[in-house]
Amino acid sequence: MELVAKNISFKYPSAKKYLLQDVNLELDNKKIIGLVGDSGSGKSTLCKILSGYVTKFQGEVIFDGKPLPKKGFKPVQLIYQHPEKVMNPKWRMKQVLEESWNVQDEDLTQFGIQKTWLTRFPQELSGGELQRFSVLRSLNPNTKFLIADEMTTMLDAITQAQILDTVLKIVKDRKMGFLLVSHDMDLVDTICDDKIYLKDINAAMK
Amino acid sequence: MIKKKYNDKEQWFIYHANLRTKTLVVIGLAIVIILSIFISGYFIRDIPTNFVNAMQMPSLEHLFGTDWMGRDMFQRTIAGLGLSIMVGFIASVVSTIISIILGLFSSFNKFADEVVAGIIDLFSSIPHILLIILVSMMFGGGVYGVIMGVGLTHWTPLARVLRSEVKEIMTKEYISLSENLGRNKVWIAIKHIFPLIISQIIVGVILMFPHAIMHEAAITFLGFGLPPHEPAIGVILAESMHYLSSGCWWLAFYPGLSLLLVVLLFDLIGENVEKLLNPETAQE
Repeated sequence: MELVAKNISFKYPSAKKYLLQDVNLELDNKKIIGLVGDSGSGKSTLCKILSGYVTKFQGEVIFDGKPLPKKGFKPVQLIYQHPEKVMNPKWRMKQVLEESWNVQDEDLTQFGIQKTWLTRFPQELSGGELQRFSVLRSLNPNTKFLIADEMTTMLDAITQAQILDTVLKIVKDRKMGFLLVSHDMDLVDTICDDKIYLKDINAAMK
Repeated sequence: MIKKKYNDKEQWFIYHANLRTKTLVVIGLAIVIILSIFISGYFIRDIPTNFVNAMQMPSLEHLFGTDWMGRDMFQRTIAGLGLSIMVGFIASVVSTIISIILGLFSSFNKFADEVVAGIIDLFSSIPHILLIILVSMMFGGGVYGVIMGVGLTHWTPLARVLRSEVKEIMTKEYISLSENLGRNKVWIAIKHIFPLIISQIIVGVILMFPHAIMHEAAITFLGFGLPPHEPAIGVILAESMHYLSSGCWWLAFYPGLSLLLVVLLFDLIGENVEKLLNPETAQE
């Protein structure tokens, strides 16, 4: 099970210069890889391309020998930095989880989610609590590859450790691929088996 | 020294209750008033004529005065308001349903969005009154004709608001996330977008209701709407025009004022319901 990016080039419609040029990337589920880059270097854009949110780019993304499906559930799921932006403000947290899959009680306790939070609206929970929901939602049984885009940047050290611990345990259990995007070098050094600097693989930065 | 009994800084309340309770009480009272007008309007069928009492000023016996046939204007006004509420309500519901369908349809893709924009422009470019008269004649006139006429023409402002709102919601990240979770466009439109536009719909209905009643009164006034034997507010106002110059101000004043009050009550209901629906103010 491999996620391969071949010669990806991308520029925003209004920009003159390419943000990403000829990016080649090969990821698999055996190693946990960290992607490191400066602010504004195109980390998030690359994540969105890899997980199928941005479709207008040159090059191809191949997952498991096939391009990403255009419709239906995407096996590559992205976890955003800001969980409050990816939740409908008129939905209760129960609905937010059910949109993806039927979560069991043990999964809730594993992530430290209390039952009373399920009936609340997103703005009644803190960022750390919301991020737990956001991570749990993306852990649908059909998810084969997980991309965490600055997943824990907004959180304090304790919450960060709790969430990452649980995610890594599940990722290893289900033999999923995991790409951690961050600019926190200590975090990447501790967790990842290998790290990639975006400026090394991006021709636009050279 | 006079001892201070009350703390000035504290707000004064008749009774202590949270905003949610107060809002519910206000909504309940407004609904009770409107329902009582509607129901009593429904039961007022034959208003006795009495030519001895014709053209009387407002008094304790006849609160709103009497008209040229000696009919009690209070009864006529209530009956007229009941009819207006019914026509306005059904017409607003018809209009709202059309705008919701068009607004949600515009979320499907760019082509659907352009089609909806085109339909809105097409309908709003036809003169309003003319279109209402044509549609109500097409449906055979009378109460049914007026309801369809007003209902099928008043959805354009709300549909325009909903379309722009939907366009904004479609750029949100939870919509693209939902697509990546494998949900289809219809599911997203109903589950994601619809709850977010409910407050817009309520505001739209509030703005539509006075319009609906006014246009109903307008075309009745012009003679194309409700038949003259119905006790509609439009008919009452049209009739009162003949007697205004002879000093019978009460024939137009009280029915007009009551109509205004009913419209304000609907406004009050809408505002408070919105307060309850908005998650940021719902738990206060």
